[in-house]
Amino acid sequence: MIAHAFFFYFFSIMAIFSALMVIASRNTVNSVFFLILDFISVGCLFIMVGAEFIGMILLIVYVGAVAVLFLFVVMMLNVAQQKQSWFIGKKATHIPSGLLVGLLIFLELLVVVGGWQYKDNLMSSSTLIINEQISNTHQLGNVLYTEYFLYFQLSGIILLLAMIGAIILTFRKRDNVKTQSYLKQISRDRSSSVILEEVKFNKGVKVDD
Amino acid sequence: MNTMIFIFEEIYKILFLLIPILVSVAMIVWLDRRVWGLVQKRKGPNVVGPFGLLQTLADALKYIFKEIVIPASANKVLFILAPIITMTLALIAWAVIPMSADFVLADINVGILYLFAVSSLGVYGILLGGWASNSKYPFLGAIRSAAQMVSYEVSIGIIIINVLLCVGSLNLKDIVMAQKDLWFVIPLFPMFVVFFISALAETNRPPFDLPEAESELVAGYQTEYSGMMYAMFWLGEYANILLMCAMGSILFLGGWLPPIDIFPMNIIPAPMWMILKILMLFFLFAVIKAVVPRYRYDQLMRLGWKIFLPFSLIYVILTASFLYYFDKLPKAGV
Repeated sequence: MIAHAFFFYFFSIMAIFSALMVIASRNTVNSVFFLILDFISVGCLFIMVGAEFIGMILLIVYVGAVAVLFLFVVMMLNVAQQKQSWFIGKKATHIPSGLLVGLLIFLELLVVVGGWQYKDNLMSSSTLIINEQISNTHQLGNVLYTEYFLYFQLSGIILLLAMIGAIILTFRKRDNVKTQSYLKQISRDRSSSVILEEVKFNKGVKVDD
Repeated sequence: MNTMIFIFEEIYKILFLLIPILVSVAMIVWLDRRVWGLVQKRKGPNVVGPFGLLQTLADALKYIFKEIVIPASANKVLFILAPIITMTLALIAWAVIPMSADFVLADINVGILYLFAVSSLGVYGILLGGWASNSKYPFLGAIRSAAQMVSYEVSIGIIIINVLLCVGSLNLKDIVMAQKDLWFVIPLFPMFVVFFISALAETNRPPFDLPEAESELVAGYQTEYSGMMYAMFWLGEYANILLMCAMGSILFLGGWLPPIDIFPMNIIPAPMWMILKILMLFFLFAVIKAVVPRYRYDQLMRLGWKIFLPFSLIYVILTASFLYYFDKLPKAGV
């Protein structure tokens, strides 16, 4: 039990500390690394409460893929050293919008935390039967693919639409692009690519045609 | 007192797992170089110890005594952290690998997800090393490797889904026991091939060793590393290769199960079968390193996204339809 408490406090302090460091660190790349540390600590907390599936998916999806893309962008755009220029220059337009978003999220959190006593009612009014015998992966699958089938599909379609939208936004059609046709390359044979020609003295051969 | 004994027991168990892995990594490096040499009609390392077996230990000794050079413009914390992360991640994954039915350190419910998560975290060691070096070749290598590993992870994930459809559990032991009658390599042979090629790309092995392509990038993300830190990258890389071989043998080759459960085969202890299968897969890795030329980067990306991903997705649909039609879907909760 002591070990459990120790690990809980370790991971939660780690999560809060790294979340703070995400916004406090001056180097953008370091921020992303703190974000990764935050994801990992939260994943460990999920595993500690017994939601091992969600914890692992958090690690795979967010740390394994999303954060890599974050890092990619941050490294490629060369915005590593911000030197807080947003706060120094006249164009400090990010602060009001950031504050607005922060305020909204804070209000949402208040609603969730304030409604904590609803949780019991919510649990009792749920029609789901929780079977303690089977693992939570099976449990999730049983619910997700039967009762919430429609929502599952809908969220999938929303993600697909977002993906298509992102591709369309960034897609530029370029002319004069040299591409290789793999089929053409493979189907080439000797007769269509090599010719043997007698070279006449002082006349040469015409190669371009 | 009891907790102390418990803690010591756990430490003993962990050491009992880690030390054999580190020793076998050393041996596997020797095997790799030896196979590589033999394919090219060379002898390979054969001087230090019997058959050159101690070559890797001699190399490791050399690395330990070499100076660790940290570039002046490098980000020192991340620079030192990168090889540590690579090696730690390569080793912690072994906690869930079952060598036999009762020889496993942690038998967790989501074993295969854990393996997948840890192998997908492996990209960070490389990215960190490349970025923290603050030099152009490591950076290019790191960027390449990040894109490559993320791409091939996707198809590995879908291949795992194929296997899981046939098993109905994420537990590694259940995955092996489900292959008692038929190894998955037979019904899912195309997936085994795709898995093997993706594993090559995921571990940055030739023909997909673009992150450290020595003809273009010096040594890729490892360019600025020296001494023990380079050796740690190296050990981590080979431990990852072994891990991929172990994953392949658990998912497709029936783990510790003998090919046929008859007399001369089933007296060989179960961990031996597992080791044999891992070695066989590693032998394939080594031969491929020697015989196949390096891919071009755009071809690598094309192979990952345009061929492997659709192919394994279609195979998921095929497997699911087959199992559903013949009513062979594993029952939930069993």
